[in-house]
Order: sequence, then structure tokens, then C-alpha cells
Amino acid sequence: MSLDRSDVERIAHLARLQINDQDIPAYAENLSSILHLFDQMQSIDTTGVEPLAHPLDAVQRLRADVVTESNQRELLQRNAPATENGLFLVPKVIE
Amino acid sequence: MFDLTLAELAKGLQKREFSSAELTQAYLNRIHDKDSLYNSYISVCDEQALQQAAAADARIAQGDAGPFTGLPIAHKDLFCTKGIKTSCGSRMLDNFISPYDATLVSRFNEAGAVTLGKTNMDEFAMGSSTENSYYGPSRNPWDTERVPGGSSGGSAVAVSARLAPATTGSDTGGSIRQPAALCGITGIKPTYGRVSRYGMVAYASSLDQAGPMTRTAEDAAMMLQVMAGADPLDSTCAEQPVPDYMAGLNTPLAGLKIGLPKEFFAEELDPAIAEQVQNAIREYEKLGASVQEISLPNTRLSIPAYYILAPAEASSNLSRFDGVRYGYRCTDPKDLEDLYKRSRGEGFGSEVQRRILVGTYALSEGYYDAYYRKAQQIRRLIQQDYINALQQVDVIMGPTTPHPAFRIGEKSNDPVSMYMEDIFTLSLNLAGLPGMSIPCGQTAGLPVGLQIIGNYFAEAKLLNVAHQFQLATDWHKQTPAGI
Amino acid sequence: MEWETVIGLEIHAQLSTNTKIFSGASTAFGAEPNTQACAVDLALPGTLPVFNENALRMAVMFGLAVNAEIGKRSVFDRKNYFYPDLPKGYQTTQLAEPIVGPGYIDIELDDGTTRRVRIHHAHLEEDAGKSLHEDFHGMSGIDLNRAGTPLVEIVSEPDMRTAKEASAYARKIHAIITTLGICDGNMAEGSMRCDCNVSVRPKGQEALGTRTELKNINSFRFIERAIETEVARQIDLIEDGGRVIQETRLYDPERNETRSMRSKEEANDYRYFPCPDLLPVIIDDTYIEQIRAELPELPDARKARFVSEFGLSEYDAAVLSAYHAQADYFEQVTRVAGDAKQAANWVMGELAKNLNQKDLDIKESPVSADQLGGLIARIKDDTITGKIAKQVFEIMWAEGGSADEIIEAKGLRQVTDTGAIEAIVDQVITECTTQVDQYKAAEPDKRGKMLGFFMGQIMKASQGKANPGQVQGLLKQKLDALCD
Repeated sequence: MSLDRSDVERIAHLARLQINDQDIPAYAENLSSILHLFDQMQSIDTTGVEPLAHPLDAVQRLRADVVTESNQRELLQRNAPATENGLFLVPKVIE
Repeated sequence: MFDLTLAELAKGLQKREFSSAELTQAYLNRIHDKDSLYNSYISVCDEQALQQAAAADARIAQGDAGPFTGLPIAHKDLFCTKGIKTSCGSRMLDNFISPYDATLVSRFNEAGAVTLGKTNMDEFAMGSSTENSYYGPSRNPWDTERVPGGSSGGSAVAVSARLAPATTGSDTGGSIRQPAALCGITGIKPTYGRVSRYGMVAYASSLDQAGPMTRTAEDAAMMLQVMAGADPLDSTCAEQPVPDYMAGLNTPLAGLKIGLPKEFFAEELDPAIAEQVQNAIREYEKLGASVQEISLPNTRLSIPAYYILAPAEASSNLSRFDGVRYGYRCTDPKDLEDLYKRSRGEGFGSEVQRRILVGTYALSEGYYDAYYRKAQQIRRLIQQDYINALQQVDVIMGPTTPHPAFRIGEKSNDPVSMYMEDIFTLSLNLAGLPGMSIPCGQTAGLPVGLQIIGNYFAEAKLLNVAHQFQLATDWHKQTPAGI
Repeated sequence: MEWETVIGLEIHAQLSTNTKIFSGASTAFGAEPNTQACAVDLALPGTLPVFNENALRMAVMFGLAVNAEIGKRSVFDRKNYFYPDLPKGYQTTQLAEPIVGPGYIDIELDDGTTRRVRIHHAHLEEDAGKSLHEDFHGMSGIDLNRAGTPLVEIVSEPDMRTAKEASAYARKIHAIITTLGICDGNMAEGSMRCDCNVSVRPKGQEALGTRTELKNINSFRFIERAIETEVARQIDLIEDGGRVIQETRLYDPERNETRSMRSKEEANDYRYFPCPDLLPVIIDDTYIEQIRAELPELPDARKARFVSEFGLSEYDAAVLSAYHAQADYFEQVTRVAGDAKQAANWVMGELAKNLNQKDLDIKESPVSADQLGGLIARIKDDTITGKIAKQVFEIMWAEGGSADEIIEAKGLRQVTDTGAIEAIVDQVITECTTQVDQYKAAEPDKRGKMLGFFMGQIMKASQGKANPGQVQGLLKQKLDALCD
């Protein structure tokens, strides 16, 4: 399976990554060689094999419905690129 | 002082041969003096380290000290440390001061450890050489023209170059074991879920596991004792009780059954490495162990399975880096899409972008079954291989890496050949089993690592097996020239 | 051509937990921006989710209430997309293995028939934050307090055929979730949100038409209006030779129109996969049966009991049981008053009228169930007349106080003293000579109808306080005596 320029552009858009135009051929080649690596899986018969999502056969633990967090807005927003009146600012959201 | 192990330093502190402040200051001086050669640290925390050391000395004076009080360590820079930059080796987080401590960091702090600094790494733990760091590559103390391995390269270098007595690392596909092997130190990747992932910036959630990187197995036992255990903040953290890792170190190995997977001694393995590993196995036989060949037939499939699953999880885990709440934000975004694309395009390095693209592709509509689901099925086959093998033997041994440390830049433009370096380590993360790498020889002046693999939650056994080897040999005491 | 409408609903209900679905931050409504968004809610690097046991319990309660299969194993998935109100860049939701499997509810239609609407499934997921569009120098502000609030999304089968059925279904879901106490049901605050999938097809055709999804509908009335508007649009479009395109449309209640949300139109590829930070949620029969045993009485059962226990009409029982707060209120009034039919009349009549005028929920009623029950009790024991009771109710509504206090303070007690009543009767008979003469002249079988005039005069003279039964007896007796 080989990827072309439009594949790379489509995936990069889905992943919201700006990729320089001149880098696209190199990415396409890299990604194609990685996908080629994946091809060796396809010959393996996995019929009836249960997919393994977690290595341990554990189940979800539950948390008591008790408030444990207090307002830390000032601390938590110190890393924010832009805030005003306690809100995170972003370029206008159009709905 | 710099040649003392953690265990020896702990004794020195208890006997008041030196104070934590003296020890800490000595290490800080050494880091400032020598690290420009190795680039093993991203941040050095002089002020905080000396405060922690003073507090530790007060605890020791009050007789209120634990086994770890006053011992200096360094954390891989993907563990969140409150008030200290936590960069993950990325431009994306170059300005990120964590507002909280990772569970693992809190545990060390509570135990009285001193944090010397944060160590260099491949960006977001993606890499096998530490060349993918925004802060430049770390250098292997055995040959500074060579890579230290990765992604916990800075942590391995710091221990190897005596810039920290011990460090923490994380291992998603070999990122503790492989740099430990290439730098001639001891590293253990515990069972998945043995150590909390809370506050460890995620690469691939179902594979990531934190562990210690040390000079000796005994030190690793001391570290793991602090790190391991259930955490209510991490749903995937195991609830199994934590044994006393020190207590089992001296169990004799007579009767130990060792399995050698024939797939680990295949043609891609450097013959010099094979020879060193065989020598180590003979040493174990002298210690009373028996050896048999086993098979892990799906080993070669661990590369495709891993390089689908890990990037897929990563593509989602790294979506939170969007320039909105923290981290790098591009200048003057013209709209929302521009904010996302440029912040991420400029904030992430090329290997991270490559893996995000691969993962995004593998999960995208129409490909999920062929890639992601298939890889999860292969993952089960690989796990089953190990379960079968570990019914026949107590531990599995083999090389940690197919080659010794390669030259900086040698594989930078060939991601697939870089991925092949992980052939012996990846399958363990897929299976979730614990694995260890200890120094077991050298080839052309470069260290060789022996990988020891055990059953789920058999860390105590691995540490015991490694410790007995280290009592009988002195590969772990070898020091790079010029240190 | 005759058209058939096909409607399916997706209802999002915010669960009334104390904390978020995956963090210990509070879910209380109306806090200052981002003061209830903790490190996990902000998706700080390294943070991880832990599942709220109460969200699980509430989702199972809902499943049991809609006769659904409960997923003994349910799995959280990630739905990946970028949006500023979605801090992780994915929403944690359930796709292949939801907590609630197929179920159904029955809805009552105006013609008295019932219709079964199947529920495809209901799943747990996390809510997003909010984008505020006030102008911050051309920027939008993001408040993540709501991010991570637990939601149960209830997905119906496309079983509804009219706008009225759709709103009846939504009301029934509302009745169920509020009765269970798992959601406050406040549509204006967004605690319950409704998306409608609407399509039309020629009557008799099997295949479904292309559907549109209507968003932003925040009242039952708007559900009906939005669907009616959209159906008309689709039919007009097709009859004019056009084609419906599958899209999301926004309902604008002010203009009563739906319009395309083009910004959401971009083809999305959500790249769903199981969330590796969460493990499968496993529950057993013991857990399920324990919850079943603790379920409150559900609207259907309550309605049936209102008919059998209180002798209410089907209609009254349906109205009163549709909203649990109203049903609770009614039952409390009945307990205090000792008369269910009167209680029903008052709750659905005078009380409902006043609440509607002031746009109040029954929970905000200035007249409590105990007050209203006390008032009805005074009618029953003849302390006051029904007419005076309305007066007492108005005072109660405006000024507060119990029925007894008001009756006492305003001197509204019914006059039952025979002597006093007799005096008034005599006075009226004396004053109304013309009418008395007419009465006398009338045929005996016509006289009964003529009593009304005298009754009116007497009640007026007594300021409504005379006991009407006593008045009638005495009046008839005295007039008939004059005729002999």
C-alpha cells in the first residue's frame, strides 16, 4: 500500500498538522514504507482471535461520587497562551 | 562518592558519613561541570534539590528517615513535576510548568528523595536514540559519537556518566531496556500497571510503563519499592500487593529454568552480541540454572503490531496539544484551523508528526479493521506465545538489542531501520510482561545488554535473577573511559 | 402525493451526579468560568480518567426503566475530533458496547391510543465545555466547567410518525428521568437536550428518505414546531424537484425555520477506538437486581395506580403522572385533603393556571402541597364553600399562610348556624316579592329551576359564606310553605 500526496494531505488535515509542501513527498515515502511493514500481518490468520486492548484482564475500578477538586483556576491557567475573565481565548468559533 | 550505588549512598547517609545536602551539591556541581558533554539533562533543579536535601537532612537528624530519604535521583522529563518545566523533549511543552506532581514523583518526594533535575528524551518518548529531542541528542558516555538509545536516553546517560545515582524512565516499546543496554546500566520495565501512569505524559496508554534505571539490580529494587503500587487516579494501575523487592534478592538460583527463544537468536542479531549473551547464560548455568530452547513464533509480528497500536493511541493522546490551554501556540493564528495546524505543525518534531500521521491513518474510516483490529489480534497471539513459554520456564533470556549503540545520525533518515532496533523489546510491552536489561559484556568497547523476561508481576524474581548475576560478575561495575 | 414522516430522537440527559464522569470536580450549574474544571477536565498532560460509580448506577437505572437489556460489559471509546470546547481532542463515549441495550417505552397519544417507541440503545459519555461568543477582540472564550459532565445519550429507533408523537416521546423520557432523579430535566439550562432526525417518504414506501438532524431544540413545544417546519421544508423541496441532503440543521424558534449548519458539514472521520485509559466496565446480576429493587415507581405504574387507587380518569392520571414533581405534589395534596378527585381538580385547574401564568415549575409553587391540601380539607368539612376556597387560594398564593389562618383572619368561615341562615332567607323572600309571586304562580314542576335566583341572592347577601346545602333546604321549605 502506497500513499500519495493527497493521502498525506487528507491525514494531515484530520490530525490538524501543518506540513510544509516540500516535505510531503518525504512523508509519503516514509509512511508508505511503514505501511509496507504492516503488510506482513495480513497473511496471518486471526479468525476467531479476540482483540487484546489491555494486557491485564482487569476491569474498570469505580470512583465514589464525591467532590475532591477545588477551584485551581489561577494555577491551572498559568500555562495558558491567552485568557480573559477566566476564559481560554481562541480565534472566533463559528457555529 | 560518584561510584557509590544508591544502596551504598543510603548507608552513608544513615551513618552520617555525609549529608544529603553535601551529596546533592556534589552531584549538582558535577552535572554543571560535565553534562555539556552528554546533554543528559533538560532541566537541573539546583534550588529545589537543595531545599529537598535540607529537609531530608532534618528528617535524618530527627530519626524520621526512610530508606530513600536524602537520596538524589533524576526524572525523565515526561513525569510531571509541580513547579518545574515538564517538556517531554518537545518544543510543544518547552514553556509548560506542571501545576501538579505525577503519582510516581509524589511517592519519591514523600519518601524523601531529592530531584536533581529532568532528563533528556526522544520527543514524547518516540524514538530509540534520543536524537528526536527538541533539546538536542544525548550522547553515549562509552562513545560520545554514538547514541545512548532511547527514548529514556538522558536517564541512561545520567546513570552511566555518574550524573545521577539513579533515574526514572518509561518504556513503551523498549525505552528503558534499550538505552540501559546501550549505556551499560540496569533497567527494569515492570508489568504493565505495576507503576501508576498518572502524571506520566502518555505516548501509548496501553503500553506505557514507568520503571527505574540504575547501576545495579539492588538499586532497581530500592527504586521500584517506592514506585510500585495501586493508584486511585489511574484506572489501569494494578491493585496487586507490592512485595518486598529487597527481601528476595539473595534467593539462590539453583533449579532456575531459563528459556532461550530461538527467534531472539536469529540472523538480524549481531554475532558479537550473541556471544556475550551466550557467555552470560553460561554464567547462569554455573549458578545452578538449567537452560532450554523455547519458541515465541510471532516475535517478528511485534514490529507491525506495535507500530500500528502505539501510533494509533499516540495520535489520539497527543490531540490535547492544540495551543488552547497550555503549550506552544503559533503566532497570530488567522482562524481556529490555523491555530491547530500551525501550533501542532511547529510544536511537534518530525518523528512525532510521522507517528501521529501513521496512527491517524490506521484508525481512519475503512482501515480500522485491517490495521488496528488486526494488530490487536496479533497482540493477543504474541501474549499467548509468552504465556505458553512461561508455563515451561521461570524466566526467558535473550539480547536486549540486536546491535550495540549506533552512530548519531546513522539511522535518522530511515525510520523503519530505526524501528527494527526494537525487535527484542516491543513484544514485551504488547504482552504487558516485565522485562529487565542488565550489562552482560562488551563488544568493541560498547556495552551489551542481557534481557530477562518474567511472568506477570514477577519483578521480584527478575531482580533476584539479575542481582545474583551481578554478585557473580562485574559487568555492571564497568565505567566508561573518562568518567 | 401523500407523505409519511419518519422521526427518531437522540436525547442527551445530564446526569445529576455530584462530580464529573471521570474527575472529582463539581458539576454544579452556574459557577464562574473554569472554576469547576480541574486538571483532568482541562486534559493536562499526564492526567487520566477514573469512572464515577454514580454515573454507572444512574445509567443502569435508566436502562431498567425503559425495559432495556443492561450491558454487563460496556466499553468506553474515543471519538476523535478537534474543537476548542473538547479539551482532550476526543470525546469519551460508548460505541460498540454501550451500558444500555435495546429497550422501549409506550407513549400515550391524544386520541387515547398508545404507541410503542423502541430505544436502540443508550450510552454514557462526557459533555463538552462551552464556547462563549461575546466579543473578546475578535476571539471566543472557552469555559470548561461543563466539560466532563456525565451524559446519557438515549437513541430511539425511527419509530415516530408525527411531531406530536415525537414530543410525547420526549415528554415520556423526561418523566422517566426526572422520576428516577437521574436528571433535573431542565431543558432551558441544557440538562436535557434533544436532536431530531427527520425524513419524509411517500406513504407506503419502505425505504427511508434522506434525513436531516435538527439541533438546538430546547423545549417540547419547539420539538413539535421544529419538526413540522422541517417536514414542510422537505416536502416542498422534493415536490419542487429538489433533493434533501443529509446535514445538520439548526432550529431558530424566533423565525420558526431550520437552517443548515455549514460549519459542521465537513465530512468527519471520528476514528473511534476503545479508550486505552479505561478498562471494560463489568457488572453482574446482583448489582443490576439491587438497582432494580431500589427503583422508584415509574410514570406508567403511577398512572395505573392513580386510576385504581384514587379512581381518577385515565386522562387525569396520565396528566398528573407525566411529571414526577407534579405527581408527588398531587399525592401529598391528596394525603392532607383526603380527597383525590378534588386534589386532582385543584392541581390541574387553579394551581396549574396560576403556575402557567407566572411560568413557574410546580417545585417553585408559592402554595405548597400541604397548604393546598389543608384548603381542600376545609371545603370537605364544610368550613368554607368552593367559591370562598378560590378566594382563600388567591390569598395563599399572594401572601402565604395556611387555609385556617386565612379563613380566620378574613372571617370567611361558612355560616352553618340555622338561625343566621334563616334570617337571610327570610330577608330575601321579603325583599323579592315579584319573584316570590312568580314562583307561586308557576307550575310545581317548573319551580325547581326558579330556586337559582333566590340562591344567588342569598349567597350574595351572605358574602358567599352561607352553606349552600342548608340554604337550599330552608329556601325550598319556606317558598313551598307560601304556596300552600
